[in-house]
Amino acid sequence: MLRQAPRFLLRRASAAAMRWSRPFSTDLPAETAGDSKFVDAWKKLIPNIDPPKTPSAYMAPRPPTPSTIPSKLTVNLVLPYDSVLSAKEVDMVIVPAATGQMGVLPGHVATITELKPGILSVHEGNDITKYFLSGGFAFVHANSIADIIAIEATPVDRIDQNLVQKGLAEFQQKLHSASTDVEKAEAQIGIDVYSALNAALTG
Amino acid sequence: MAMAALRRDGRRIAAPLITPHPINPLRSSLASSDREHTLLGVRSISTQVVRNRMKSVRNIQKITKAMKMVAASKLRAIQTKAENSCGLWQPFTALLGDTPSVDVKKNVIVTISSDKGLCGGINSTSVKISRGLHKLNAGPEKECKYVILGEKAKAQLVRDSKKDIELAFTELQKNPLNYTQVAVLADDILKNVEYDALRIVFNKFQSVVAFVPTTSTVLSPEVVEREAEAGGKLGELDSYEIEGGETKSEVLQNLTEFQFSCVMFNAMLENACSEQGARMSAMDSSSRNAGDMLDRLTLTYNRTRQASITTELIEIISGASALEG
Repeated sequence: MLRQAPRFLLRRASAAAMRWSRPFSTDLPAETAGDSKFVDAWKKLIPNIDPPKTPSAYMAPRPPTPSTIPSKLTVNLVLPYDSVLSAKEVDMVIVPAATGQMGVLPGHVATITELKPGILSVHEGNDITKYFLSGGFAFVHANSIADIIAIEATPVDRIDQNLVQKGLAEFQQKLHSASTDVEKAEAQIGIDVYSALNAALTG
Repeated sequence: MAMAALRRDGRRIAAPLITPHPINPLRSSLASSDREHTLLGVRSISTQVVRNRMKSVRNIQKITKAMKMVAASKLRAIQTKAENSCGLWQPFTALLGDTPSVDVKKNVIVTISSDKGLCGGINSTSVKISRGLHKLNAGPEKECKYVILGEKAKAQLVRDSKKDIELAFTELQKNPLNYTQVAVLADDILKNVEYDALRIVFNKFQSVVAFVPTTSTVLSPEVVEREAEAGGKLGELDSYEIEGGETKSEVLQNLTEFQFSCVMFNAMLENACSEQGARMSAMDSSSRNAGDMLDRLTLTYNRTRQASITTELIEIISGASALEG
């Protein structure tokens, strides 16, 4: 009988969990206005099924814009397979925007920028950490939170100089022998990335 | 000699038991052969049927246990990936807000489901939610199309909404999910489908026994501009300066396409986790059921076996007592 006990308990626990899978109401952030409109419209038309949850139910709401400029910038650097920095308080970041290197300090005006392959440097006190980004987007919000979304970010000391030279030569050669527009565009992208890598290592 | 007497007596005792009409030789059911064997005094009731059932139920139990362990190991692998990617969609929701109740003309519902079955009810839940969204967004001037990822949703939706299905993708999990594959898939969808709003329906993985159906909304750049002008959640978008790219609309287009691919990547990982978790619990409950069934069959088997031994004992003893006295 004692052997059956853990199985029995697990069954009860899982049944209980399945019946009450929602977290406590104090854990969830309050639903925003748009959500309640959606939920009401759903409940009117389809009363038998629970409405699906939306992403804002899983996210803590962002703090509002403070009246004075805060002293530190909060940076989130996310990649598809990892969050490199999440809610890290720093003094300044320099992002490789498509229009050139852009420095972001606390209190920066709200901006949306596209990023090109280049170096992201994170300044905190006297530490500077450099990452090579492959490209993506950066959002700076009015409440001094910066979100940087890239596809790849590697610390600069992991990049191999020889492989960079080889890759650059290879793509330059591909550009010469490219015939269609698509091939030319691909070769050009390769050259852009490798020359940025080169500049990152030397600069 | 005793055996011959026993057999004679057995027949005599059994004679009143013989039914009035003769036994049909063509009727070859197991019950009649049991009765004939009883009449001849041979050990009777066959436990073969019960034994066959027990063997097959035991095999099924082994298979479902193995499937559960396979699902558990796959879940472990993909759960770390899904947790690492959960930061990917948050910046977009923080910037562009979450607008499931947006009113647009061309809605496209992207339903994510699994290719393989035996995973509980998650695919049916996704299909029910997709149908609900379709109903919510259908109207006189509005149209609503489906893009389906995965065999199971396709099989269910083809039955009643065949004309609304725009694209269907299957066999997405042959290679482990990575961002490049999803980016190519997102590109395919964006190129071939006209949309004002994309609604992605998937099951979010909360824990091994809990999966929450969720829908994320991605708007097209024109709708984003329209909503920004109208105010509301996206009203603050105008206060953001746009850098990079030539025009604001170009940057917005890149932004929405990037958002779609990121949200799709996270949604596909979460759905894959939910699928493995649901399969684990489905296989676990089926192993447990098989175990229960096996217990019941064992009891029946023992009863049958003991009944046949008792019958034989009765025959011997009654035969012996008939001889004596």
